[in-house]
Amino acid sequence: MPLPYSEKVLEHFKNPHNVGKLENPDGKGLEGSPACGDMVAVYIAVDPEDHKISDIKFESYGCASNIATGSIITDLAKGKTLEEAKHISWKEASDALGGLPPVKAHCSVLAVDGLRAAITDYEERHGLIKDRVPTTEQEVTKRLKHVMNPLSGLDIVKTQLVTGVQVTEGRVTVQIGLAADHPFSNAIREDIQQKIERLWDVTEVEIRFEGGNSHGDPAR
Amino acid sequence: MRENHQTIYLDNAASTRLDPRVLEKMTPYFLDSYAVATSEFAYSMGIEAREALESARTELAGYLHAQPGEFVFTSDPTESTNLAILGLVRGTHGPRRRLVTSRIEDFPVLNTFKYLESEGFPVTYLPVDSNGFVDRERLRQAVSEETLLVSIQHANQEIGTLQPIGEFAAISKAQGAFFHTDATHTFRRVPLDMTALPVDLATVASHTLHGPRGIAGLFLREGTPLKKILQGGFQERNLRPGTENVPGAVGFARAAQLMTEEENEEIRHLRDRLQDELLRRVSHSILNGDRTQRVPQNANISFRYVEGESITLQLDFRGIAVSTGSACFSKSLEASHVMLGIGGDHERAHGSIRFTLSRFTTAEQIETTIGAVAEVVENLRRISPLGKDQGER
Repeated sequence: MPLPYSEKVLEHFKNPHNVGKLENPDGKGLEGSPACGDMVAVYIAVDPEDHKISDIKFESYGCASNIATGSIITDLAKGKTLEEAKHISWKEASDALGGLPPVKAHCSVLAVDGLRAAITDYEERHGLIKDRVPTTEQEVTKRLKHVMNPLSGLDIVKTQLVTGVQVTEGRVTVQIGLAADHPFSNAIREDIQQKIERLWDVTEVEIRFEGGNSHGDPAR
Repeated sequence: MRENHQTIYLDNAASTRLDPRVLEKMTPYFLDSYAVATSEFAYSMGIEAREALESARTELAGYLHAQPGEFVFTSDPTESTNLAILGLVRGTHGPRRRLVTSRIEDFPVLNTFKYLESEGFPVTYLPVDSNGFVDRERLRQAVSEETLLVSIQHANQEIGTLQPIGEFAAISKAQGAFFHTDATHTFRRVPLDMTALPVDLATVASHTLHGPRGIAGLFLREGTPLKKILQGGFQERNLRPGTENVPGAVGFARAAQLMTEEENEEIRHLRDRLQDELLRRVSHSILNGDRTQRVPQNANISFRYVEGESITLQLDFRGIAVSTGSACFSKSLEASHVMLGIGGDHERAHGSIRFTLSRFTTAEQIETTIGAVAEVVENLRRISPLGKDQGER
């Protein structure tokens, strides 16, 4: 039986591009997933004239798909403007790798988030960010689009696992249409928690599992 | 199919290669004496099958110092454990309803208890210390005259820690509770003498001993009130219906016979070499489980700053098969409950690698593995953002 990874993924995993760190980077981002424990650091050097990424490096404390995505996303971002690089999606990275197994989406999306965090870091340091705005249900939903549904590899908003979002004075409630004892519920809970609780004005995150489906692959 | 004889297979806790001598013993029961094991009043081919089945049972019970009537064949250790736990619950009708187990049991025990919990049986999941031991005092406090059953594994499936089950069984019996142990990884590896251990029920495996899959055993002490959990015929003393797996039983007995004390000592010696050398050569590596109270075939080491699935895959490229407690490797995306149970630390689980040796593991393979693991960990650490400049992150 072949490995569940494409040739391209294995190639980038065996010999990842742009590995390492930059001394005195113009921006850096560190993203971690408490769900699986993976971590990615992205460092960028930016040309102040045209806001193009002149150099980029990454480091990974993660699994094969995490390392391969770090490699491909840094390839894709090099030479692009910050605006262009910001819009490189997980889908583009995944396509460039010849596809990733759905269950691995959440480890690989970290590299995309890492790149965006490095760009945000640059923008913040260079006064390119507007004032803080209060968290809205739209903002929460936007963030939930970065939480992957391990059943399909698509995000939990698109796959309609999110059945409700409420924001009341810093308290965020997210309803998930999955039984609390579903094999993936803990992984999803931790991922949501981590993505939402760091919003500046959020004081509490409640995640409710309200669905009937507890079927899935056995636990290990 | 891929040619696998070059593979250095170190995932023997998952399952082992069938010993050709076992297969040889089984073959006639597929091709010649293939009849069902009938009563002694039927035709001769059925009687031959019956004799083979009963002699396998007698041999296997003998290794436990038990009576043949105390050994039931099932299809898998999972079924043995289900039969032990559910069968006891269904077979007893007194006021005792409380169940006690540990947090690091394998899934058959844990999930059977979770299932019973959903039916309203109160279950206590005992914590373990950093080496994986259940605390005697905690067990003593958890067991009362309301306790029906205590189930604590003999050895852990991931970190190999051997529990003092004799003592735990005695604590349980003192309160009148039944005691089950999952001995999947210990039968024929370490002594299991049921005349000395006050154990009522024990799950034993064939497929971890170079025996066939599809067959396993349950020791049940004479008089244990078990009710069958599958409905069908009256096979296995009316405890386990279904056509008897005669070739499986014969193979299981042969596999148990082939496993000797000398062999276990040789495996222990190779394991120690692998374990000590990796801990010595690879910095920031930690042994998981107890150094001395562990099964001879298991080594489990966490390598900090690197992730287990990456290590596993890199080793697979080099033809070495191991497993990891990392969340990335599991189907539920959750870190191993055993690794979390002994330390509560995701990072330790993230970089944990389990090596389980077998009869077919050679000294040369161990040396190759040591070199490969040291190299792979070093390469992955070069990519990792952690562990380089202490203090910065």
